[in-house]
Order: sequence, then structure tokens, then C-alpha cells
Amino acid sequence: MNLAELHRKLAAAARLQKPDDRVPYAFEKRIMALVAERTATAWRVQWTRGLWRAAVSCMAVAVVCGAISLFTPDTNDGGNDLSQDFENTLLASVDQGDSTP
Amino acid sequence: MEERSEAELITAVLAGDAASFEPLVVKYSPRVFATARRYARRDSEVEDIVQEVWLKAFDKLKSFRGEAPFEHWLMRMAVRTCYDFLRGHQRNRESSFSEISEPEEDWLERFVVDPASAPEDADAAKLLIDRVMEKLSPEARMVIQLLEIEDRSVKEIAEITGWSVPLVKVRAFRARGEMRKILARMTKEKYL
Repeated sequence: MNLAELHRKLAAAARLQKPDDRVPYAFEKRIMALVAERTATAWRVQWTRGLWRAAVSCMAVAVVCGAISLFTPDTNDGGNDLSQDFENTLLASVDQGDSTP
Repeated sequence: MEERSEAELITAVLAGDAASFEPLVVKYSPRVFATARRYARRDSEVEDIVQEVWLKAFDKLKSFRGEAPFEHWLMRMAVRTCYDFLRGHQRNRESSFSEISEPEEDWLERFVVDPASAPEDADAAKLLIDRVMEKLSPEARMVIQLLEIEDRSVKEIAEITGWSVPLVKVRAFRARGEMRKILARMTKEKYL
């Protein structure tokens, strides 16, 4: 049998077939529903990712601040620390009132 | 209301207006369906392929640069999705030709007696080529479809499939060999 001719004939038969381009009813609505679903999901995913990134950054800042406060050498010189200064400032008016005759 | 151009629709979609995607779906779905029906038979499979093509197009729209028409970009995606489908659904390839229908058998017999008497436009010939195509490997089927049935050039096939030109040539050579073997098997099963 002439296989080359059979091949040619069958290929020609396939070429003669008009491709069926029917679209099912409301197919575009289905696609648009899926696209809308995807868009909403993408939006949620982006927000979640953003929040996670923000949370990680906050944790990192907190860790760095903690490390700085932990490892910074104590610079207290005879009780003149921040709490003492704060108290002096707060009570300054009272001290002034006491010293005025 | 004036119809918006494709470029305007695409820009709107990229700016976040997903509804502007619908006119593109309406316009090009017939072409995508016609392409998908060349590679899949069942309606459910065809619809799945087309749906995947559109969702991919929506997701990858950012990569569309507008250098070539949108239709070309979309059809490339459609053909590649069909190829992925073929690779994932390689059933029926090893089955025999015992289920050939009577009209197909008649057509083959007419061809054996006198090749010129077997008409190319007969429904039986169309059924036979569909049957033969189903038995080809995904690569061979893709090449035969694009090269011999859609009459595309090697360069065009390379652009559509993403294969290099030499690879298309090699695959075309192998595909023809594969097709010849399948035809030989079919005729042997029927006439020996």
C-alpha cells in the first residue's frame, strides 16, 4: 500500500475540515466570574503579604531596640539617670514653691 | 457608545479594570475554541482548555508588550496550552484500530483498490485522520497539525511553540516517520 499517498490524502482530509468555532452560551460570563474571583483573591493575598512583611519588620525593629538597650553600657553617673531627671523636672515647680518665702 | 480599541482595553485591564477583559473574551473565544477543538474531542476538555487559556492570558497580560497583535500572543498561549493538554492526556495511543467504523473501513478499502477513488472530503477520511492523530505522540501531533494541516512555516511553528527552528525540523521528520508507522499498523491490522 502506498503509505505516502495515504498520509497525503488524510492530511488533505484534515485540511478540509472547517474548525468548529462555536462558543457555549454565556461562556464569557463564566470567564469573567473566574477573573473576578482571581482578582479578589489576588487583592487579599497582596494585603496578607503586606501585613506579614510589616509584622516581620516590626519584630526586627523591636529585636534591634531590645538588643541595643541590653548591650549598651550603663552610663549612670551617680544616680543622675533619666528617671531622676524626669522627677526633678516634674517636681521643679514644687521645689521652687518650697524655697520661696 | 464608541467601541474601545484593544490597546485601550488592555491598558484598562492592567490599570485594574477587570471588566474591560470581557470584550476581548467575547471577540477571541471563537478562535480559541476552534484551536482547542483541533486537539481535544470532548466538550468538557475543550472548555477546560479555553478556560485555562483565558485565565493564563489574564494573569500574564502584563507580559504583553503590544509589539505583535494581541491575537497572535493569545493564539501562541492557546497552542501551548493545547500542547500541555496533550502531554497530560496521552490515552488511546496504544489502542488498536479494531474499533474502526464501517464507513472508515470502506474508505480504506477503496483507497487500497484505487487511491484516486477515495475522496478526501469524505466524512470517513476525516474520522480516520482524527483517529490517527490521536495515536501520535504530543510532539508529533503538534507538528503535523501545525505544519501539514494548518500549513504553517517552520519559523512560525518555532515562534508558536517556543521550540528552536532545528528542533521543529527534527520533530517534523520524526513526526512523519511516526505517522507512517501508525498508518502501516492500521493497514496491517485491517488487511493482513
